[in-house]
Amino acid sequence: MLYRETGQFKTSYPKDQAIFPIAQDKAFILLVLAVAFLAVPPFINDYYAKAILIPFLSYTMAAIGLNILVGYCGQISLGTGGFMAVGAFATYKLMTSFPGLDFALIVILAGFVTAGVGALFGLPSLRIKGFYLAVATLAAQFFLVWLFNKVGWFYNYSPTGQITAPPATSFGVLVTGPEASPAAGYLFCLAFVCVFALVAKNLTRGNIGRQWMAIRDMDIAAELVGVQPLKAKLSAFAVSSFFIGMAGALYFGVWLGAAEPTEAFGINISFLVLFMIIIGGLGSILGSFLGAAFMVLLPIVLKTVMVDGMGLQAVTAKHFEILLLGVLIIFFLIVEPHGLARLWSTVKEKLRLWPFPY
Amino acid sequence: MNPDVMFFFETVISGLMAGVMYALVALGFVLIFKASGVFNFAQGVLALFAALTLTGVMEKFGLPAWAGIIVTILVMIAVAWLVERLVLRHLVNQEPIILFMATIGLAYVIEGTGDILWGSNVKVLDIGLPQGASDYLLDSFNLYVEKLEIVAAVTAALLVAVLAVFFQKTRIGRALRAVADDHQAALSVGISLRTIWVVVWSVAGIVALVAGIMWGTKSGVQFSLSLIALKALPVLILGGFTSIPGAIVGGLIIGVGEKIAEIYAGPIIGGAIENWFAYMLALAFLLFRPQGLFGEKIIERV
Repeated sequence: MLYRETGQFKTSYPKDQAIFPIAQDKAFILLVLAVAFLAVPPFINDYYAKAILIPFLSYTMAAIGLNILVGYCGQISLGTGGFMAVGAFATYKLMTSFPGLDFALIVILAGFVTAGVGALFGLPSLRIKGFYLAVATLAAQFFLVWLFNKVGWFYNYSPTGQITAPPATSFGVLVTGPEASPAAGYLFCLAFVCVFALVAKNLTRGNIGRQWMAIRDMDIAAELVGVQPLKAKLSAFAVSSFFIGMAGALYFGVWLGAAEPTEAFGINISFLVLFMIIIGGLGSILGSFLGAAFMVLLPIVLKTVMVDGMGLQAVTAKHFEILLLGVLIIFFLIVEPHGLARLWSTVKEKLRLWPFPY
Repeated sequence: MNPDVMFFFETVISGLMAGVMYALVALGFVLIFKASGVFNFAQGVLALFAALTLTGVMEKFGLPAWAGIIVTILVMIAVAWLVERLVLRHLVNQEPIILFMATIGLAYVIEGTGDILWGSNVKVLDIGLPQGASDYLLDSFNLYVEKLEIVAAVTAALLVAVLAVFFQKTRIGRALRAVADDHQAALSVGISLRTIWVVVWSVAGIVALVAGIMWGTKSGVQFSLSLIALKALPVLILGGFTSIPGAIVGGLIIGVGEKIAEIYAGPIIGGAIENWFAYMLALAFLLFRPQGLFGEKIIERV
């Protein structure tokens, strides 16, 4: 009763093709957006912004990007960390070369730079597929991180090899650097994630998204019905890297502020983002949000419970955390291989009939 | 002989020996992939866990090396059984990527368990394998080769021979090959998929133990041991996922290529290229032969 399509008539094709054809969905999304944009910022403090919200938003951006490649186009990639590094270093170079540039523009430009690099590393996907490709993307991961470590030009020959985000503004508001207010950083990331989640949603609903999914489901059959594998695969790599590059920009610029390539963009990040989309749901934009939230909150909750609650030593707690993370991943894969997004749609199914299950 | 040429030979030999080590880890991957189509990311951690268990039981219970090895083999068989029971059994018929992710999860579980049981500090593994340079080669040919690496090479050769006999001549080996060819057909002639899985994971566990002993003796038992799995991956794509000789040849090529590149090309482009060179080599190779050196060419039909 709470959630029903009955009585909501669609009288035109555009209405039928709307992103949220059901009124309750639309209302719910608007409510969430209103809370996120209006109700959260006044209560935000440094801890919430830097430990939960901004990491969640930048990982969401990365998860959307990887989901486009893995979930929609079926090309497994383990190079996320490397592409985030490209985004971050592009941001750094742009920020230091053009100090006056609006940070929003920098993030988008960093996305484009990463898209180019991503398409380049996507080229092997035309010849190889499956796990061979997954391992081949590791080449991108290791090579890019090595490159940013070795070539001084990328980190402006700073003696530590670190990159540090200088203060930058967007529409007159300071969003990066230590002086930026937590709310400003949060709102900046939120706006970016919302806009580009919408872009991703629409891309995946449209012609190009259908081509990706055709390639994912069976590439030879897709080719027979007229999808060009070259175009579809490379565009998936480019769009995916565009998002991951922007994620890297937010991750480095707004969240970390300073980064060292091996630490911040190692292979662990690649796995983390991959876990997010698996747990959240492959081939689902909503799943990218849910997965990122889950993976950001999990360590915090575990740490609170084990170290503060049960008084375990930090080292032991860390070991248990690794163990539990593994158990949770396996548990999720067994119980709900379609991820949290599927759970959400199950809830909606139930609500449609509630309170009369038959 | 000319010292430059000698140096080149030494580089090649040390590359070959490192390659044998990579091949040992890659072998575990291949066994599992061949028999079940599961890309087992946990193989490196399995090697770490085996080495940790071995040092653990030797230290804690004061067992001699041979007893420790037997205990560890039993533990690895138990792990294989648990993996089948708790993970794989529930994931039958899932997509390969789901199984792959499950093995990443498994890697975390095994690593966490190993750390909780035996602690995460660096341990010395000494089961009496010879250490140091081989005097005979040093004296007569002026070549510097570590004894341990010779032992590793001989062990790897023996292991491959035993595995080849096991796969080709025994009843269970035939069953393994049948499962590798076609799960459903194998099931329909009465081969138990579950038994096969336990067997193949046990064998992979034992191969991991051998790899763990060699690496552990060489550089201590510590977390970085599980990272050699990442080195074994390019070996795999170079050799082909389903080929045991591929794992060996791939390992040798990667080992030698990496050492030569590091020594002769490294200084020109900035050094420390060992991390990615193997991947780039494998990637470049794949562009010409997408199924790897000895991989099967898969003919796809709609």
